[in-house]
Amino acid sequence: MKRGLMALAGALAILMTQSAGAQTLRWSAPGDAVSFDPNAQLDSFTQNIQLMVYDTLVRRNRKLEIEPGLATSWQIVEPTRWRFKLRPGVKFHDGEPFTADDIVTTVMRTIDPDSRNKGNLATVVKAEKVDDLTVDIVLSGPYPLLLNDLTGIFVMSKSWLEKNNAMKPGNTSTGVTTFASTHANGTGPFKLESYAPDSKTVMTANEGWWDKPEHNLKRIEFRPIKSDATRVAALLSGEIDMISSVPLQDVARVTGTQGFKVVEDPSLRLIFLGFNWKPELYADPGKKNPLLDVKVRQALWHAVDLEAIQKRIMRGKSRNTGTMVAPPVPGYVADIDKPLAYDPALSKKLLTEAGYPNGFKTGLSCTNDRYIADEQLCLAIAGMWTKAGIQVDVKTESKATYFPRQDRGELDVWMLGWATLPQMDGFSVLSGIFASRKDGYGGSNAGGMTIPALDELARKTAVELDEGKRRALMGEAFRIAKDQALFIPLHQQPLAWAMRSNVDMPQFPDEYVRPWFAKVN
Amino acid sequence: MIASIGSRLGQAVLVMLAVTAIAFVMFRYVGDPVAMMSREDASPAEKAELRASLGLDRPAIVQYGEFLGRTLKGDLGISFRNQRPVVDLLAERLPATLELVIVATILSLAVGIPVGVYCALKPDGALTRAIQTISLVGISMPTFVTGIGLILIFAVTLRWLPSFGRGDVVQIGGWSTGFLTRSGWASLLLPSITLALYQLTLIMRLVRAEMIDVLSSDYIRFAKARGLPPRYINFRLALRNALMPVVTVTGLQIGSLIAFAIVTETVFQWPGMGLLFIQAVSFADVPVMAAYLLFVGFLFVVINMIVDLTYTLIDPRLRTRRA
Repeated sequence: MKRGLMALAGALAILMTQSAGAQTLRWSAPGDAVSFDPNAQLDSFTQNIQLMVYDTLVRRNRKLEIEPGLATSWQIVEPTRWRFKLRPGVKFHDGEPFTADDIVTTVMRTIDPDSRNKGNLATVVKAEKVDDLTVDIVLSGPYPLLLNDLTGIFVMSKSWLEKNNAMKPGNTSTGVTTFASTHANGTGPFKLESYAPDSKTVMTANEGWWDKPEHNLKRIEFRPIKSDATRVAALLSGEIDMISSVPLQDVARVTGTQGFKVVEDPSLRLIFLGFNWKPELYADPGKKNPLLDVKVRQALWHAVDLEAIQKRIMRGKSRNTGTMVAPPVPGYVADIDKPLAYDPALSKKLLTEAGYPNGFKTGLSCTNDRYIADEQLCLAIAGMWTKAGIQVDVKTESKATYFPRQDRGELDVWMLGWATLPQMDGFSVLSGIFASRKDGYGGSNAGGMTIPALDELARKTAVELDEGKRRALMGEAFRIAKDQALFIPLHQQPLAWAMRSNVDMPQFPDEYVRPWFAKVN
Repeated sequence: MIASIGSRLGQAVLVMLAVTAIAFVMFRYVGDPVAMMSREDASPAEKAELRASLGLDRPAIVQYGEFLGRTLKGDLGISFRNQRPVVDLLAERLPATLELVIVATILSLAVGIPVGVYCALKPDGALTRAIQTISLVGISMPTFVTGIGLILIFAVTLRWLPSFGRGDVVQIGGWSTGFLTRSGWASLLLPSITLALYQLTLIMRLVRAEMIDVLSSDYIRFAKARGLPPRYINFRLALRNALMPVVTVTGLQIGSLIAFAIVTETVFQWPGMGLLFIQAVSFADVPVMAAYLLFVGFLFVVINMIVDLTYTLIDPRLRTRRA
C-alpha cells in the first residue's frame, strides 16, 4: 500500500515537472503546408509538416536510420509479400484504435489512380489484412526499398476518413477536395489544432502518443514567412523562436546577436551540372557536340575552381563533392568523393587533345530561385570556363520555366540539385539520372545520355535484396560516372537554421524539422 | 443613370474578357505547373499523364474557352497548389487585403489632405519646405525598402509592433477581421503605413497644387474682397473645388493599392490576395492566377463606376447636366 502511494506520488511528481517544463515552440519557414491530405501533393515541406501529425509504419531515428514505427517487426514472406506486425494499443487523435484496417486503407488510398503521390509506392499492388495487428503488403516484384518508401507513407484512420467522406484522395484533376485537406487525424506526436494557410498552423502535443516523448513541447505555432528579411527580423524581434533556412548573408548577423545561435550542416541536396548528349549543341548547331568527348567534359571539370566558389559564393558553408551522392546516403563511396583538381593548364591540354585548342561554344543554364546562390554559381562557372577559352552562353531563369525546359532536354549544360528524397538512397540517382529514359527510368535524364552499363546497373539494383551487393552495384555506377565525367558534381548545399539560444533543435541533412526531438529550455 | 450603369457593366465584361485572355496567353511563359507538381524522380510517362489530366496538353485557346465556360457557371476551378476551390481561397484572403487597403486609403486621405492644404496656405513656410522634401523621398522609395525599414525600426529595435502577420482575427460569418483585437490593430499599423506612403504623398502634392491654383482664381479673390472669413474661403470654397481630382486619383489608386499590396503583403506576410497571387505565380498555379486577375479587373471597373457617381455628389453642376 505504502509502496503504491509512493509510486503514485512519484508518477504525479513526474507529471507535474513535465507540465511545468512544457513549452511552446514558435517557428517559421519560407514555405507552408499546401494541404494536410497526404495523398494530394508531393511537396517535401508539406510532408515535413504532416509528419508531425501522422506516424509511419517505419520511421527515421536521430541518425536517419530506419527503425520500427507503427510496425514493430516485419519479414519477407515471399519476395513479393512483406508481412508487418503492428504496434498494439496505439490510438488515433480522435481516440479510435489503430488496426490493420487503417494500413489497408492508407495503402489503397495512396495507390489510388487519383492519388498524387502514388509514385511513392510504385511497386505496391495491394495491402491485405491478416488479422487485427498483422498486415501484408504485396509487391509487383522483388523490391529492396519498400521500407524507405514506407517512411513517407502517412497512416490515416479508416473510420475517420469514412466518417468525413474523404476516402478518395483530393485531386485537382478530378475536382475532389476533402475534409482531409484542411484537417488531420493521425497517431503522431502532435495533434493539429488549426490550419490557416500562409498565416498560422497550431499543433498541440499528443499526450496519448504511443512513444515516450523526447521533446518538452506543449504547443507548436508555425508561422510561415516568405520574405527572407522579414523572417530574420521576426526572429530577432523575439516573435519567433526558430527559423529554418536562414539566408547565408544573414548568418553572421544572427550569430552576432546575443541570445541567438545558428546551426549549420551540409544538406543531402547535391548540386551538379549535367550535359546535352545529342549530336549537336543548341548553342552551336551544325557542328558535332564536343561534350560527347570525355576529355572535353574532364576539361570543363578541371576548369571549375570549386574552392573559390565555396569560399566566395557559398561563404565557406557548402561542402565540395566529387561524386553524385552525399555521404549519409547508401551507395556513397568515400574514395571517389574528391573533385577533379582545379587546373587550367591541364584543362587546356585536354581541350587541345580533344581537338578544341581554341575552345568551343556551349550554353549553360541555371535556375535563379531554386537552389542557394544558383544564379551566382552559374555566372561564376561561366566566367571560369570563359577563361579556359570556351564561349559560354549563360542563361538563368525562374524554376517555373527552367524545369520544363530542362525536362524537355533543351539545354546544353544544365544545373540540377538532387537530394535522393524521400527514399534517401543512391538508387534514386541511378534510376532517375543515370539510366536512359525508358520503362519509367531516367525521369530526370533529359539530356539523352545512354550508358548501357549504367542502365544495367540501375535495373540490377532495383531488384537486389542483399544490401551489401546492392550497395556495391550502386558504388560501381557512381565510379563509372566519375571516371567518365558524366556529370560535374559541385557541392552539397549548406543548411542553416537560426534559433534562440534556449531552443535545442537537432538538424538533419534531409532538411526536415523534427520537433519531436526539440527542447525549449 | 441606369443606362450609364448598364453601359458601364458592358464595359466591365469587355475589360475582364480582355484581361483574362491576355492572362491565358501569358500563362504559357509563366511556367509549367506539372514540373512543380511532380516527384523529383517522376518518369516522363507520369508527367505526361498528369499534364493530360489537368488539361494542360490542349491548346491555350481551348483551355481559355473552358475557363470562361466554368467561370460563367460560377466555378473558378481548384488550385493546383492547395488543391482547394479557388473561390474559397479568394474568399479567405479578401478580408485581409480589403482591410489593409481601406486603412491605407483612410490614412492617406486623413494625412494627405490637411498637409496638402497647409502647404498651399503657407507656401514659403519652413515646415512646408521640409514636408516637400520628405514627400519626395516618400514617393521615390520602393515599397519593400520602406517596409523592411519600418520592420527594423519598430519591430526589431524598438519591439513596439509585430513584424509580420495579421495578429488575432475575429471571425464574423465568412469575414475574418483584425479590427476587433489589439494585436490586429498593432499588426495593421506597419503594413498600412507602408502601403499608404506613396498614395499619401501623391494626394498631398495634388491637394497642394490644386489649392494653389484655386486660391488664385477670380471667385476666391472676390470672396476675399467681400470680406468673407478665411476659414469659409479656404475650406468651403477652395478645398471643395480642389477635391475633384483628388477623388478621381483616390478612386483609381484604390485599384493600384490592391495591386501594390502584393509587395507589401509579401514583405509583411500579410495573408491577403497579393500573397496568394505571388505564391500562385511561383507555382504556376493557373486557376488561382486567372481568378485573381479576373477579380482585380472587376474591381477596377467597379471602382471607376463609383468614382463617376461620386463626382455628382461633389459637383452639383454634373447632377443637373445628367438630369
